[in-house]
Amino acid sequence: MAKYLKKDDLGSWLKELGETYKVIAPVEEGDAVVFRRLTDERTLRIDRQATQGPKGVLFPACEELVSFKYVKDPENPEKTKVEVKETVEAEPTLIFGARPCDARGFDVFDGAFTKCAVKDNYYMARREQAIVVSLACTKTETTCFCNWVGGSPDGTGGSDVLLTPVTGGYLVEAVTDKGEALMGGKLLSDADDARQAEAKKLLQEAKDSLREAPDFDCMPEQLYALFDNMDFWEKQSAKCISCGACTYLCPTCHCFNITDEQQGKEGSRIRSWDNCMSHMFTNEASGHNPRPTKAYRLKNRVGHKFCYFPDMHDGHIACVGCGRCIKSCPVALDIREVVTAAKECRLPEEETSDD
Amino acid sequence: MLEQLKDTIKKALPELDFVIGWGMGFDALHATPLFMYEPEDVDKLVWGPLNVHNLATYLPALKGRKVGIVVKGCDSRSVAELLQENLINREDVVIFGAPCRGTVSLTKIRKVIGNTGLIEDVNYADGTLTVKAEGASHEMALKDIRADKCGYCRFPNAVLSDHFVGEKRAPQVEEDTFEDLAEFESQPFEERRDFWMKEMDRCIRCYACRNACPLCVCRDHCVAQSRDPHWLSQQDGVRDKFMFQIIHATHLAGRCTTCGECERACPVDIPVLLFKRKFTKAIKDTFDYDAGLDPEATPPLLAFKANEDNIKEKEW
Ligand code: SF4
Ligand code: SF4
Ligand code: SF4
Ligand code: SF4
Repeated sequence: MAKYLKKDDLGSWLKELGETYKVIAPVEEGDAVVFRRLTDERTLRIDRQATQGPKGVLFPACEELVSFKYVKDPENPEKTKVEVKETVEAEPTLIFGARPCDARGFDVFDGAFTKCAVKDNYYMARREQAIVVSLACTKTETTCFCNWVGGSPDGTGGSDVLLTPVTGGYLVEAVTDKGEALMGGKLLSDADDARQAEAKKLLQEAKDSLREAPDFDCMPEQLYALFDNMDFWEKQSAKCISCGACTYLCPTCHCFNITDEQQGKEGSRIRSWDNCMSHMFTNEASGHNPRPTKAYRLKNRVGHKFCYFPDMHDGHIACVGCGRCIKSCPVALDIREVVTAAKECRLPEEETSDD
Repeated sequence: MLEQLKDTIKKALPELDFVIGWGMGFDALHATPLFMYEPEDVDKLVWGPLNVHNLATYLPALKGRKVGIVVKGCDSRSVAELLQENLINREDVVIFGAPCRGTVSLTKIRKVIGNTGLIEDVNYADGTLTVKAEGASHEMALKDIRADKCGYCRFPNAVLSDHFVGEKRAPQVEEDTFEDLAEFESQPFEERRDFWMKEMDRCIRCYACRNACPLCVCRDHCVAQSRDPHWLSQQDGVRDKFMFQIIHATHLAGRCTTCGECERACPVDIPVLLFKRKFTKAIKDTFDYDAGLDPEATPPLLAFKANEDNIKEKEW
């Protein structure tokens, strides 16, 4: 049964939830909107897509994996042993105000970190304790293309509860059992038919406002075929300046680096975000770099999302169409254009006739 | 004027690998760098206040290739500075200049219209930008939404060019008085510290500020990521992030032309140009020097003078 929450009660509802969960929501910070712990001093901003999505809540930009300490063996001072302490940290957390695309990003993380042979304990611990309350989009931006990659302005993938803005408040619907637990609050009343109809209408309008979705089923094959066509990738990447804005703001990018930060005899092994657009990515200890230029690196970013990941995960594209990599890219490089160009690229005769 | 610029580029194109200019991006408000390889590409060229990017950033990596570049006044200073430092060869680059009336700050436009993601149409005429978004029309005077650098611009016409198209414009100001900096510095230390603690906290270490900077030339060998030597830790604290900004600003002292790319590129709107304003003023006060004006000049920190005019070490 769908519920209704009055707009004026949103703050109190979140406060109430704050007694059980650490509530993280999009707030204003300088000229940006970022996910932070909601406090009285911070201003909630849900009128536009956040500059940076909530991925950092479950996959922090930097986290300690283990702490370590070198100690002398009292029996044999010649010997040093290292004491290692694992630091898995997780607490009940509620992510509020994720957009359907943001929430769907966690599906990609789940695929990479919880469903593969090697499980990521750190991510899993946080994921299990997290509850995602998303906000459906009744307006779409010029950079939105969730419908191209299997999503939708009212998509529920990765969410536990979905809110839809309607006149005077929100329609509140549970998506999972976890979400069901939130439906009992006394601030929520039963939503009448008129409200449900309004939500349906607004969401249909939002869907209709998106550009028609091309068929990307052929992309893995097409991108494999373009793998050695460096001329294509050089032209596509010409304007890229090789920063990390696209990947770090992307709700699905999950590459990381592991480094030891040591001071004296103590230190920590930390995991921090890495990104395939940077020169250091996969730079080998020998000095050899298999992705020596930005053309190879853009190929990796697009290839991972539209070819290698779907190839390994039942066709699931590792892009949720949030558009952040387009609008926040300093040079407005448009991934839609790159994928469309790859789709439409006719391979030179001699390359296709070879095999 | 735009047509004249296009014709000039088309004439020069056969001798060049490509010419870099601006075209329209994903909507009517966002331009994007345009690489023109064929005459048809030149038809997509745009010129006006949406040409926010400093294309000189691409030049060092293209050293050795023959390319053309379209520049605003401020961009041309970056080209001059790159020449001063031998980071590019003069004979490899053909510079197309035109008079600039100022470029927009997308952040300021967002403050006026609320969300820059819902653009339907944009028009610019006689100093007024009209943005249609969500069915509403917003008229903005360019001077209210222009990039800060355009407010203290002294060189709206290219300081050097091979082809200059259009009539030269008068500068915005004769002298840069650094009022923005004075205003920030009038706050007590605690406030300034808290400001930076808060602003730098959301830095995602994407290094767009570094990579967008035409003069930040270490790039692939940056101290921020080098493990050996280990200057900065990968820890996600304000301390390391702030440290990087100070290193960037220091390395740019006397070289930075305050083109503002670092700040414009920052995806989370951290006002990092302020650091460079501070250093630029210090260089001006100490050496009476402006970066990127004369391709033959040596930047003060790359030169040695036994007796500096404004550093009276012997009198201390
Ligand atoms: S944000 Fe843009 S410029 Fe930066 S690496 Fe990504 S595509 Fe390249
Ligand atoms: S690739 Fe771009 S559009 Fe796709 S999910 Fe990542 S940031 Fe969003
Ligand atoms: S530091 Fe910033 S303002 Fe200075 S030259 Fe580099 S990008 Fe331009
Ligand atoms: S561009 Fe902004 S977010 Fe990125 S590293 Fe620079 S200051 Fe940080």
